[in-house]
Amino acid sequence: MADLETFRSETRAWLGQNCPAEMRKPMTSDGDTFWGGRNAKFSSEAQRVWFERMRDKGWTVPHWPKEYGGGGLDGEEAKIVRQEMAAIGARAPLTSFGISMLGPALLKYGTEEQKKEHLPKITAGLIRWCQGYSEPNAGSDLASLQTRAESDGNDYIINGQKIWTSYANYADWIFCLVRTDPAAKKHDGISFILFDMTSKGVTTKPILLISGYSPFCETFFDNVRVPKSHVVGTVNRGWDVAKYLLQHERAMISGMGERGVGRPLGQIAADSIGADAQGKLDDAQLRSQIASFEVDEAALAAAAERAVDLAKAGQSHPAFSSAMKYYGTELNKRRYEILMSAGGIDALEWESERSKGGARPRAWLRTKANSIEGGTSEVMLGIVAKRILDLPGA
Amino acid sequence: MALVLTEEQSMLRDSARGLISDKAPVAHLRGLRDGKDATGFSRELWTTFAEMGFSGLLVPEQFGGSGLGCVEAGIVMEEIGRTLMPSPFLATSVLAVSALARGGTVAQKAQHLPKISDGSLLAALAIDEGAKHRPLQTKLQAARSGNGFKLSGDKAFVVDGHTADLLIVAARSAGSVGDKDGLTLFLVDPKAKGLAVERTAMVDSHNAARIVFDNVEVNADSVLGEVDQGFALLEGVLNIGRGAVASEMVGLSEEVFGRTVTYLKERKQFGKAIGEFQALQHRAAQLYIDIEITRAAVLKALQALDAGVDKAGTAVAVAKARAGTTATLAVQEGVQMHGGMGMTDQFDIGFFMKRARVCQELFGDSNFHADQLARGKGY
Repeated sequence: MADLETFRSETRAWLGQNCPAEMRKPMTSDGDTFWGGRNAKFSSEAQRVWFERMRDKGWTVPHWPKEYGGGGLDGEEAKIVRQEMAAIGARAPLTSFGISMLGPALLKYGTEEQKKEHLPKITAGLIRWCQGYSEPNAGSDLASLQTRAESDGNDYIINGQKIWTSYANYADWIFCLVRTDPAAKKHDGISFILFDMTSKGVTTKPILLISGYSPFCETFFDNVRVPKSHVVGTVNRGWDVAKYLLQHERAMISGMGERGVGRPLGQIAADSIGADAQGKLDDAQLRSQIASFEVDEAALAAAAERAVDLAKAGQSHPAFSSAMKYYGTELNKRRYEILMSAGGIDALEWESERSKGGARPRAWLRTKANSIEGGTSEVMLGIVAKRILDLPGA
Repeated sequence: MALVLTEEQSMLRDSARGLISDKAPVAHLRGLRDGKDATGFSRELWTTFAEMGFSGLLVPEQFGGSGLGCVEAGIVMEEIGRTLMPSPFLATSVLAVSALARGGTVAQKAQHLPKISDGSLLAALAIDEGAKHRPLQTKLQAARSGNGFKLSGDKAFVVDGHTADLLIVAARSAGSVGDKDGLTLFLVDPKAKGLAVERTAMVDSHNAARIVFDNVEVNADSVLGEVDQGFALLEGVLNIGRGAVASEMVGLSEEVFGRTVTYLKERKQFGKAIGEFQALQHRAAQLYIDIEITRAAVLKALQALDAGVDKAGTAVAVAKARAGTTATLAVQEGVQMHGGMGMTDQFDIGFFMKRARVCQELFGDSNFHADQLARGKGY
């Protein structure tokens, strides 16, 4: 315990000295997130400095082993870093699907060679990854995916189409589910493979969403040649890797509502609507909605903390991330419904300097995907019912 | 601190669960109810509680207790919630002990705490007066009289009030209704002249009383804490009690849920287990998630109380608000998913619904605590 307290005070001091003031302000736009990659650009000098200092300390991913560019911290230490960063409002120095999704899967299923090849480039922000999972006819029923990889000597030739590929148009590499055995049952013929997005035959096409943004793409593969050594895990057992990765993806999505929110909802609403003489929000119904929301938000934060602690103690259920994903995404949708109500007609402006380009309504619309991407709420409830509660049927 | 139980805490849970599930299953409450038991709990079991160190769990060691904390008290409360065991534990071992240990003089502690630890003294906290829990609205008057005070007014919903050997009473000694200043806590002998206790039969077959004070004389030594400055002490004690009741509701919710999931797997209609129907699967999954999140919030609050009662207010408000809505959902879904059987007195599930309703009101319902949170955040 004494060691941890020392670690905490050292961490606090180091962050205090090294985190630029600008990087302690709540994020206000997508540009405030640094994703890394071959074409990465820093939106500010402070963002560059912060990223490089954290990278050099190994704290872009504090809990990964040092040999792969991580900080080599144990669970307790990593939690302290998170807590101390949160205490000063420090932004994540690097955000990437390499950290939140591929990395955990590589650590578990990758060969030593694959880990050495890919993990250091993730921690150093050199390669930006995207996820090739969903297809036009494989959404909730992901295992029915049809993109095929046919053997050709030491390579596979990949043909097919992915959809909802987040930021595929900015990504350098893709981790992709492909069918390597079309004759097998649908869960049994899938492999998990990695390849460069600049490979010949890969094209991406952004999809315009209701928010007016295009964070997702259609991704096409036309005779893309990929070495067989790029398969992660066993050929035709890619579903195991896919599911393991999904647990991490769901844990990440469940936490999406927590970051960089800035002012409390009640104050945001009071600024817009006003308060009565006693300081109570001048909309009794909205006030009670916000209060209930904040109760649930605080409870979810406790549950997220507990989930990490349970995992560390070896007491967690592997499907629990589905429970968190369900609750976290539904809660984030509630947050934005409240923000829209609090903003009233001001929150309806779509294009103006005043509205920062309609930031709020666009963010509100974006949240509607939270309960769809990474597995719909209905799929999550089905997983909880069957895998945790052991209810019978299908 | 990690949001999981330590090894010692897990052992405490196992021993509490072993005792309570063995000696006081729901049938125990049913028997007390059907027999119209005058005490409303088992004194014999209370002696066992004392022998196992549960009655003095929160009592500092120098006064004969175990000197444990709110997390441990919550563990016992959770097991009590699983079987709905009526027990003096909440009123005596949580509320009264907290009040005495936090606000009492050395003499007051020495007089009462060892007796609570050995199981020979029962106590009750008298707070509520109106239909809803509003401690700041305390009206019961404490008028100065000679060296002491005269208490006049009414209390309601006094848990275990009819069996208490000692009452801890919140009274207004100064100021107006709604003021924080001007509240004082008193230690009162229930046999004092002018004091009338009426046991109130409650929907959940647990113990409560209405108490009328008609110029009840108490001396200056009866003041617990400081005159007119009792609110902070009271609020701390109530927050400990809220954490305890929230734990009871977690145990209650989980038990109802477990029984309901078992029923979903057993009951067959249309030629299959009703748990195969997606309409029920999804509701069961939602309830499971709700309970797990509430469990984390409650443990967070209990740890916060142990780290410092004065700073635990927000975490406690979150925990009690969540526990109330979760328990309400659990018992409603429990009865509904049991179908017609859920409506029968023969099935235990109705007992849980009744107790959940009482726990919701106890020390502030979900609305009260959400409102507290909003006030705390300035909206």
